[in-house]
Order: sequence, then structure tokens, then C-alpha cells
Amino acid sequence: MDFKLTPQQEALKKEFEDFFEAEMKNAPEDWVWGLEGLFNDVGWPFNVYMARKLAEKGWLVRPWPEEYGGCNAPMMEQLIFSDVIGYFCAPGVDPLGVGMIGPTLLAAGTEEQKREHLPPIAKAERFWCQGWSEPNAGSDLASLTTRAVKDGDDWIINGQKCWNTGAHRADWCFTLARTNPEEKRGKGLTFFILDMKTPGVSVVPIVGMDGSTHFNEIYFDDVRVPSRNIIGEVNGGWVITQTTMNFERSSVGVISGVLRALNELVQYCKETTLKGKPLIEDPHIRHRLAQLAIDIEVGHAMSYRCGWLQEKGDIMAAAAASCGAKVYSTELWQRTAFTGIEIMGLYGTVAKGSKRAVLKGQFENLAQITPGYKLGGGTSEVMRSIIAWVGLGLPRIK
Amino acid sequence: MDLDFTEEQDMLRNSARDFLSTECDKATVREIEEGEDGYSPEIWRKTAELGWQGLMIPEEYDGMGMGLMDLLVVFEEIGRNILPSPFLATVALGAPPIVEAGPEEMKKDILPKIAAGEAILTLALTEPSAGYSPDCIELKAEAKGDNFVLNGTKLFVEYASAADHMVVVARTKSGGDPADCITLFLVDSNSQGIKIEPFATTGTDKQCEVVFDNVSVPKSAVIGQVDKGWPIVEKTLKIATVAKLAEMCGGMQAVLDMSVAYAKERVQYGRPIGSYQAIQHMLADMFIRVFTSKNILYEAAWMAAEGMDCDAKLSTAKAWCNEAYKKVAEDGVQVHGAIGTTRDHDMGLYYRRAMAAFPTFGDTGDHREVVAQSLGL
Repeated sequence: MDFKLTPQQEALKKEFEDFFEAEMKNAPEDWVWGLEGLFNDVGWPFNVYMARKLAEKGWLVRPWPEEYGGCNAPMMEQLIFSDVIGYFCAPGVDPLGVGMIGPTLLAAGTEEQKREHLPPIAKAERFWCQGWSEPNAGSDLASLTTRAVKDGDDWIINGQKCWNTGAHRADWCFTLARTNPEEKRGKGLTFFILDMKTPGVSVVPIVGMDGSTHFNEIYFDDVRVPSRNIIGEVNGGWVITQTTMNFERSSVGVISGVLRALNELVQYCKETTLKGKPLIEDPHIRHRLAQLAIDIEVGHAMSYRCGWLQEKGDIMAAAAASCGAKVYSTELWQRTAFTGIEIMGLYGTVAKGSKRAVLKGQFENLAQITPGYKLGGGTSEVMRSIIAWVGLGLPRIK
Repeated sequence: MDLDFTEEQDMLRNSARDFLSTECDKATVREIEEGEDGYSPEIWRKTAELGWQGLMIPEEYDGMGMGLMDLLVVFEEIGRNILPSPFLATVALGAPPIVEAGPEEMKKDILPKIAAGEAILTLALTEPSAGYSPDCIELKAEAKGDNFVLNGTKLFVEYASAADHMVVVARTKSGGDPADCITLFLVDSNSQGIKIEPFATTGTDKQCEVVFDNVSVPKSAVIGQVDKGWPIVEKTLKIATVAKLAEMCGGMQAVLDMSVAYAKERVQYGRPIGSYQAIQHMLADMFIRVFTSKNILYEAAWMAAEGMDCDAKLSTAKAWCNEAYKKVAEDGVQVHGAIGTTRDHDMGLYYRRAMAAFPTFGDTGDHREVVAQSLGL
């Protein structure tokens, strides 16, 4: 075994670090990490700025083939990139365009679809949102009821989607609709892509408990989509949702972002006296910080193993491991937020913007947004079920 | 970066797994546990034939000259199968100080015997204060003519009852930095003035009290330099911690495998209990604990093997695996139901070892403190 990066990987990592360190100096004063940071009024222009910078460097879509602006970056390089961007809490990589529809098109799109849609993503000129969940179809996505009916060479879509991250910023949307009402569940669904400016598309914000508005509802009211915007086969949309396998899913970016938060929390504890006592002299606090550091190191090792399994093409092991990493990292994230606000005592409740806010109020905010991370992209419970079925071969009762 | 074991290590693992499942089934484990010696001399001889005792002993002393990652592989399999034996005491506690710092004459004499399975060793380190730090060492060694005279009590000396020799950690000077006045001696267990008394423990690893009453040892028995023994202890504890962690990870894997297999076959309410989400999610968490434990261990062990500064990483691994094994064992019993609580069932063998491993070479609090200090707290 050898956990060292190769000299080439080290050099690359250094290059990434130098870039993000320099560019994050351009972040707006009250810029915060996470989805809110990507999509709110302060964050969005910076997100676009960073995306274009990354595109110029040729780093936005490194895993993609050269002809679409990438460099076929191997898995471990993707992991290193995610590790660094996570640590610097930097925006720029659209999780839906770069992270989801791009890989889906590469795997399942026609040549024409690739040529039309991949270059604008690679150049950070077109941003995407996902239209999958519905009010009554969350974890049980296949029960969705949005309908698409054929009309000549077009399809007419009607229905309601929700939890659409960044839909208010997105230029395009990828969605699932039922095209065969006779078929149940995954059968009879079709994967569509559509321009958000198409008549009949409307976006309504969903306000999070912290007041953030990165989630939305999307309403489709007689939305006309041409047949050429179907990815894969008509009624064959379900398999298309599962074609992004070869892209990094180690959750390393979450782990390194949590490390950054811990480092700031440790620094705060070193500098702060509360209730007449320096925080770091409290053995309880010392051990809570140490335990977070332990959890982060463990998570980091887990992420690199996930990447390694993916790089080796050990698909089943990688699937179970990355589900584990998703559960682990998002639970750790919330635990870190709680630890932070608990250590801060009354100050832990002060929101960003106040001169009394600690560490720009990021822990106060994290405690409110981290519950969402344990739900989005597959709930912790769905992840555990997949580990049980795929990783441990336990029976799945339908 | 290469996160796989080598082909040779895979072969070593397979051969260890085959050997243990053949030679040390669970009936044998129970028989050894209940016996006087706490180990099987026959298995001891056979593991020596396989070269295990000499795995990390240099070739010039008849060992295999292999590394810590190889030892880890064997210990993972030992933990997975369970082998009650003075193996850890000998190869990970007794031999390393001699390999590291023993005088040439001592090495020539004792190391080939260890490799051949002819000498059992252990480390007499902890005392009634039950700590692993230098200030816990009170046993006195006083220079008298050509000898040193040892007086004091060592406690939690594993397999002292079986050991031919003990490496004794003694205080040769008082006052000053507690780490700067410690000397290591290789002592014949049959020396006059030594009284060894085993007591029953959770892990059935023959923990002993060893009383030294005016035990005289020659100066040639000193390992390393007088007063400068503590760094040797620290280095030895790293090897021993890796070995213990590997044993723990092997044990966790066994518990997961047993629990999954049982959940698939045990039927209640007309369905295998492994089809119920309550059980599935418990097993999924168990999977995450085993997976994370192994990965942090491998990284820490690799750093130790490479001679890198690994204190915080190794403490991270021990703190994590302590809690992980405890929970995995707890849930393993829960999945098995009442049968898992019985003496006849294998679950208890692992559950007891999870409890025993927890305080060994530092409990979670001890290791959190190391990590806290590494954060500059």
C-alpha cells in the first residue's frame, strides 16, 4: 500500500490550491459555502465568475473527453480536485450541469445532443437544474405523476416538480415525465431536457428555515418539448437516471469543507474566553473538537478508498462505499454544525450580518442547512438500504 | 498511490485464513480459553513453522524480515478467526525492543529462538496505575556492581505466565523528565524474586500481575542505553497498537459477516429478518463502521511502516476503532437475538474481545487527548 500522491498528483494539487487560495480572495464579504452560496444574490455572480475562471483554466470539466473540453481526468485526479475545492469552500462547479447532465449526456446522449449541450456547460455559459422530485415522489421517485403526451413531433408536459436546486438561475432543466400511463413505476418514464424559457415553465421559490431560497418548485403547464430533447428511449428514462456512475462520488469535498470549518472553530476556541474561562481549557470542549478531527480524518480515508474502488472499476463495492460516504459525510457535517453552536453558547445563535456573529455566523447557518444535505441526493435511509441490498446482499422486499 | 495490498500480502492473508480455520476452529478457541495456559503449544509450533513469529525479525537472525503491513495482514486474520495466544505479546511487544535496540549478543541469542517458536516473550510495562505514559513507570532498577536490582509491581502483563522472557520497563533515575530516566531490561521469567500471578479478564489473554522483589539482572540485559529507554517503548507501542487495531478490524469484519449471514437465514413473521429495514439499517451502519475502521487503520499503519510521524493518525485510528468495534459487537449481538448472549455462541467471543481491546494501548479518551494536542489545543 502507498497513500502518497504521485509527484504529478502533488503538483496538480498544489496548482489547484494556489488557484483557489488566490481566487477566493475575490469572494464577496458575506459569501457562504453550500448551496446558498451558489444561488443567492450575493453568491450567484461569484459562482458564475468562478465557473468561467475554471473553464478558462480547462478545469471545469476535467473528467470529460478532450473533444468536449475535458482531459479525461482519472478518478484520483477528480478526487484531488474535489478535495481542494471543498477545502477552500469555493463555488464554480455546477453540480447539476457539470456533475449530472453532462455525464448523463456523455453516457447516453446522441452525438447531436452532445454537440449542442456539452460545450456551453464546459464554457460555463449554460447552467442547469434538475426536475425529478415531486410533492408525492421523493425517495420513491418512480411514483412520479408529471405527464408528457405526444403531439406530432413534440411532447406536451404537465405537472409539478419540487426541491429544484437553483431552478431560478438555471437556463436548462432535465426532467422525468410519465409517457406511458399504463405502465407502473420505473417503466413508462421518459428523460427530457428543456429550455427554462419555454412557455409554460414557471418557477416558485421554496424558502428554507434559514430564509434561503436555493430550492424551488417548477410548474409545467402545457410545456412543448421537441422529440430531439429526449435522452435515451421513449419510456426508457429510468435507466438514464443511473448512468452517471463513473463520476466521482466519494463525498470528499464535503469532508474537506468540514475540515475547513473545524479549523476555524479550533482557532476560535484558542482565541476565546467565555464565562470567564478560555474555551480550550475546558476538557469537554477539547475532546469534542478532537472527536471531530478524528471523524474528519476517518471520513477522508473513506473518501479516498471510494475513489480508489471507482478507479479500479469495482462497481458494486464502490456503490456501497459511496453510499456509506454520503451518509457519513452529511451526518458529520450536521454534527460539526451542532458542536460549533454548542461550544459558542449564546453566541451560537447569532446570525450572519450582526457584529456579534461568530465566524460570520456560518455555524448558525450550517445547523439550519445541513438537515437538507442528509435528504438531497438520496436520503440517509435510502443510502443505508442500498448498502444493505448492494453491499451486503440482503433481501429486498418490494 | 496504491491502496491495495500486494499480491504477496494477499497470499499471506489467504494462507493465514486457511491455517486458522483449519487449526483453530471455535471449539478449539473455547478449549484454549478454558485451559490453564491460555494458548496451544501445538498451534504455537505450527505458526512458527509458517514463519509468523519471525515475520518482522530481520533475516540475519533467522526471521522473515517483513514489514508492519505484513504483520497487519496476519493480525487481521487472527482477529477475524480468533487465536488465543501469546503471539501479540511476543511479536509486537517483546521482540520489537530487542530488534530496535538490543545489543548484538542479545539479538543473536534470543531473536532466532523467537523466530523458531522456542521463546515466548512479553512486555512488562504497565503498573497498578494502569497507564501507558512514562510517569506511570515506578518499578525501580538500581545499579549494584555489575548488576541492576529490580523492585516493584507490574500489572496487566499479558501472557507473563507463558513467557520465557520479559522486557521490563524500569525507572533508573528519579526526578526530572519522567521519560528521561527509563531503562529496558530483558529478564528471564524464572529469575529469583519474580512472582507471576494471572487473573481472569474479559479477553482471556492471561493478564498477569508480576512482582519483582530484589530481582538481580546483569548489565548485559539492558536494551538500548541506560535512562534512554522510553523512545523504544513508544516505538514498540506503535507496532503493538497497529497489531491490536488489525485484530480489532478483523474481529469487526467477522461480526459483520456472521450477522449478515444470520439475518439472511433467520425467519420471523414469515420473512428473513434481514429483509426488515430495522435490521438492514443496523447492518448498513455496521458496514460503514467496519469500512471506515479498516481504511483509517491502513493509512495509519502505512505511515508507521514508512517511519513517518504518525502519532495523531494512529491515535485517530485507535479512538475510532475503539468505539466502532464496541458498537459493531453490540449490534452484532442484537441482530443475533438471545442466542448471541450465550457462552455457546461465537458472538460472545468477539463481544468480549471488543470490550478488552478498548482500554488496551490507550482508551478513546487517551487518544482524543493526543489528537487534541495535535490540533494545538
